[in-house]
Amino acid sequence: MCEHCGCGLPGESHGHAGHDHHQHGHEHPHDHPHPHQDPYPVPPGPERRTVPVQEGILAKNDRLAERNRGYFLAKGVFVLNLLSSPGSGKTSLIERMAADLGRRLRLGVVVGDLATDNDARRLQAAGVPAVQITTGTVCHLDAEMVAGAIARLPLDQVDVLCIENVGNLVCPAAFDLGEGLRVVLMSVTEGEDKPLKYPTIFRDAGVVLLTKMDLAEAAGFDRDAALRNIRRAAPEAAILEVSARTGEGMQAWYETLDAARAGRAAAQA
Amino acid sequence: MHELSLMEQTLAIALQHAEREGASHIHQLTMRVGVLSGVVPDALRFAFDVLARGTMAEGAQLAIESVPIVARCARCNQEFEAADFFADCPRCGETATELRQGRELELASLEVS
Repeated sequence: MCEHCGCGLPGESHGHAGHDHHQHGHEHPHDHPHPHQDPYPVPPGPERRTVPVQEGILAKNDRLAERNRGYFLAKGVFVLNLLSSPGSGKTSLIERMAADLGRRLRLGVVVGDLATDNDARRLQAAGVPAVQITTGTVCHLDAEMVAGAIARLPLDQVDVLCIENVGNLVCPAAFDLGEGLRVVLMSVTEGEDKPLKYPTIFRDAGVVLLTKMDLAEAAGFDRDAALRNIRRAAPEAAILEVSARTGEGMQAWYETLDAARAGRAAAQA
Repeated sequence: MHELSLMEQTLAIALQHAEREGASHIHQLTMRVGVLSGVVPDALRFAFDVLARGTMAEGAQLAIESVPIVARCARCNQEFEAADFFADCPRCGETATELRQGRELELASLEVS
């Protein structure tokens, strides 16, 4: 970083002509004695100085997320961070996964909402161990909240942990939770241009799930436009079309999930 | 909305550094905020005014430097400054680009005494 002004730029990348000490012209048209002395000197105090910091604001969250990640790895738990607008079908997706996968994979769930534990109770009713994080006014989950919540889950009996983030397409994008796979859901009733409106959250997705496909026709869903827009915002993500209600496309999602888990296991070995 | 929690973190980092420096007053905080960081500078300022009260940063200036988007083409490796998230490579037209810069969110420096 620049040593002259603390601006964060490399020193050679910008000039400092403006910082030179310049002389003030000082004419004395009168002839009385004129000592250049401040009649009210400021008592000598600590001088103003610039302290370089260059620290990421999210550094603490990122550290805690890495700690979570290590903990999940040690416990053999694969973690999904599920992100979407409110009402895109995150809870329904998890319910369906519990019903379909229950025999071979044990699920656990952490649910974030501003208020109520309705979602956690819904999932517990489906036989899934679930803990609710009620965030109050906070619009996202962070790594510390997740660390607190997983202490209340029997992680030794969990293979796949689904973290259902607060329904919000803006704020949760910035917070790594320690997940192994980031999944963004978008339902066919939401409008095909959502990825263009909220590109940041789509950009980091490993998988984008187009949900409620059973309603596509009724909603007049423009599939080509949606796929094009998702591809534009998330060039790397796998895109899958699913319906938690009918089960359409769920098998492909499970195969993707298995591949992601296997990939991580391979990386670990 | 998450600007409040981000500013809490920023202030915590600032106070920690100022204390380490033996400072008693923070006059200015300079932040670098990427165009794609998802953070609204005005919301940061509002949060700062509220949170700095009663700390040694009360009344300090909050300077926010905007960091432009720089992307690199996945095909021809050209680096270029982009106006928004969806800029194509100006050299070869490729749409798949890797973000090199523009999501920064950091406290760059402090002015203390």
